[in-house]
Amino acid sequence: MINIRKLVLDVLKPLEPDIIDFSSAIALANDGINIHVVVSELDKNTETLRITISGQGLDVNRIKCAIEEAGASLHSIDEVEVENVTPSITA
Amino acid sequence: MSIFNKISQSLNIANSHGIIRRYFVVNGFDGALTMLGLMLGFAFTENSDFHIALNVCMAAAIALAISGVSSAYVSESSERSRALSQLQRSMLIDLTDSSHGRAAKWVPMIVALVNGLSPLCICLLILSPIWLANRGVNFTVSPYLVAIGVAFFLMFLLGVFLGLTAGSSGLWGGVRTLLIGFVTVGLIYLFAGL
Repeated sequence: MINIRKLVLDVLKPLEPDIIDFSSAIALANDGINIHVVVSELDKNTETLRITISGQGLDVNRIKCAIEEAGASLHSIDEVEVENVTPSITA
Repeated sequence: MSIFNKISQSLNIANSHGIIRRYFVVNGFDGALTMLGLMLGFAFTENSDFHIALNVCMAAAIALAISGVSSAYVSESSERSRALSQLQRSMLIDLTDSSHGRAAKWVPMIVALVNGLSPLCICLLILSPIWLANRGVNFTVSPYLVAIGVAFFLMFLLGVFLGLTAGSSGLWGGVRTLLIGFVTVGLIYLFAGL
């Protein structure tokens, strides 16, 4: 089973909501995920973020929806960490 | 997400708490002063009928409410649309279905409701002694004077609210709005020749 463990995203978002509310909204998209946000550029109306999301079985579509719902735009997926988990066979 | 959460989120995104507070006080104060003026007029008019006073004041209260709702909605919705298109130009995406799009739709409605309901509620509270008198309730003093007292009390409360919001003395805020009320009474007395 393919399991996405880490994503590094380049996101452009409006100044509101702030990064705390924004990252909390993304955190609601997936259980048990860890989010690290760095503001890489700040403009008059927008800011560019580098978001690192890690956890087990990340749902990219739900994360993308949460980002768009907050009025932000996913520019690129810059890094990804995926593993192929072999299901353990129990007797 | 519940409707209240969505409204709260929209207000946060649009930074509208301050605007709503301002509209609530400004139009509430308008309503209180308008009713104060009308009550003074009726109080100093001989044999003024409660039924006529009630109709005149209700008409004024409804007109204030409609004016509050329509003016706030028109100005806020154009302001929010402008802000949304500016943001869309910066983001280069369509934000209609995002929380920003929802804020542009909801915030003008909420602001308009507050702007309309605030004078209406304050007017109805000031009118309540006249309504009771019209229903046959006896007052030891003229119901118009009671209504004037209610108007001053509500103006004081609005002042207290403003003072506390500003982080300064609520009492001083209340006294300041009372002074405005007394100046209004003086001017009405002077110019209307009551």
